[in-house]
Amino acid sequence: MFISSQSSPAAFKGFTLVMVSLTVNPAGASRPAVAVGNVGQLAVDLLVSTLNMSRAGYFHTDCLIPMAGNNPYASCKEDAEELHTPAEGSTRSQSSFSIHWVGTCHTFPILFQLVSWIKASGFSRTVVLSSSHSYQRDDQQLQGTPLRYLITPSLLTASADALKELGWREMERIPAFPGVKDADAEPRLCIPGGGITKGLYTDSCDEDLPLAVLLLFCSEGDNIPDAFALVNHLNDWLRLLDSQVILETRLSCKSAGIRREIQVLSCTSVLVVLSDFLPRAKNRTASGRFRLPGVCCLEAVSLLHFSNC
Amino acid sequence: FLSAYVLASANWDAVGRAVAWNERSRSATGQSGEESACVFYRHKDDLSVLICHVTCYIAEDQLFQWTEKVFDCLQSRELTVTVLSDRSVADYKTAEYLSSSSAPFLRSLHSSVFSDQPVCQSLEQPNIITGLPAAVLNHCQVNRIAAVVYHCYNDVSGPDSVTVETYRPVLSKLGRSIQADCSPSADVLRRFVRSSEIQSNLYI
Repeated sequence: MFISSQSSPAAFKGFTLVMVSLTVNPAGASRPAVAVGNVGQLAVDLLVSTLNMSRAGYFHTDCLIPMAGNNPYASCKEDAEELHTPAEGSTRSQSSFSIHWVGTCHTFPILFQLVSWIKASGFSRTVVLSSSHSYQRDDQQLQGTPLRYLITPSLLTASADALKELGWREMERIPAFPGVKDADAEPRLCIPGGGITKGLYTDSCDEDLPLAVLLLFCSEGDNIPDAFALVNHLNDWLRLLDSQVILETRLSCKSAGIRREIQVLSCTSVLVVLSDFLPRAKNRTASGRFRLPGVCCLEAVSLLHFSNC
Repeated sequence: FLSAYVLASANWDAVGRAVAWNERSRSATGQSGEESACVFYRHKDDLSVLICHVTCYIAEDQLFQWTEKVFDCLQSRELTVTVLSDRSVADYKTAEYLSSSSAPFLRSLHSSVFSDQPVCQSLEQPNIITGLPAAVLNHCQVNRIAAVVYHCYNDVSGPDSVTVETYRPVLSKLGRSIQADCSPSADVLRRFVRSSEIQSNLYI
């Protein structure tokens, strides 16, 4: 499923995987569907561009809709004509590894392939970035923060304290038929607009994979602020960055010593693979970037990314 | 373009075909499955040159397998792939205004190991290619095969002599291995360029 573009095969054992919820293209649809607002994809876009990941390999599978385009993360003329396929991987440094993943697929076997690949790769934990339709919230979900999380039993033991400290709300189970009072009806997990999030979560529970889901209730529209919010929440937990990501869609690049442009691209699906964190260096690099040891990115570009910009 | 400028000569032999059955296997004009297959032609004098003429529809879920099966039959060492495709200019996204005289025009995408210079500008962001050209390019990129896609954005629904001529710069790159008739006669062009069908005369 994954083919390294480097001379050596990829190895992710012990890494942390951050991925975007993919959506299955409904049969007959002329355009692929993505999770509502592309929030997860935008969030990983932000991570990839901020962390300046470079390509490491490809996901080559018949479950993905073929598409191709030039580099959506081009920062100069030299890399603008780098071809990007639907599913790729990128690296950030010698100690990091990243993978790009396309956010559109047209067959349900992608779920099986994905779970199998995650299990075979030996990730220490997987974090799925997703979103859900805000208009389908029930009464209790309308109140408070729009952030929700899910966590498999396998990961709960290791992360319970951190989640408690963060004060996040777990995704509520809702009645199958809202308004119908049925004492026997068991509340169920429902993530409308979340693509394969629920499937990934339930399959990971069955396979005893350490997986967590971070999702935001949102609506279609300008979802860039949602992406920033999701990245900041992720950062609160995983400590990817030294500080909160500020909502600045573009910073002018005046010299090599000044912080480079943070290009927030729209609508990409990204799997971010993070290595086990090494002791964090507090200083910035010569180009002004935050130093992030052991960060890997799995990135994907969806059709919607290229076509709705 | 290929039919009028290249295959019209007698230098090409049909050496094989690839057939993919799907819901559109029989076209509206009643073409049989045989006529709508992807036909492979090989040059009589240069056996290393193959042309794949795709006239049938390959469904989205068949693209990957089609590409894998076709390339399994080819030697990838020193292989160079050139793909010609087209799309409506309405799908071209740009910040600048496109005047009516700008279409048709060519854009290119190439794999990382493609070392030659494309004959036209690279496809700008946020435009992408999909379908069979994308599937072929993805396969070549992943398997480190030199490949280039020349994508023509045109403003007419069917091929015409102006649109077909847009691919002419590609001849300069293919000319080393493919001898093409640079000025096919009107009879040849008329044979391959379909006239407007009666049901599409809403806007005469």
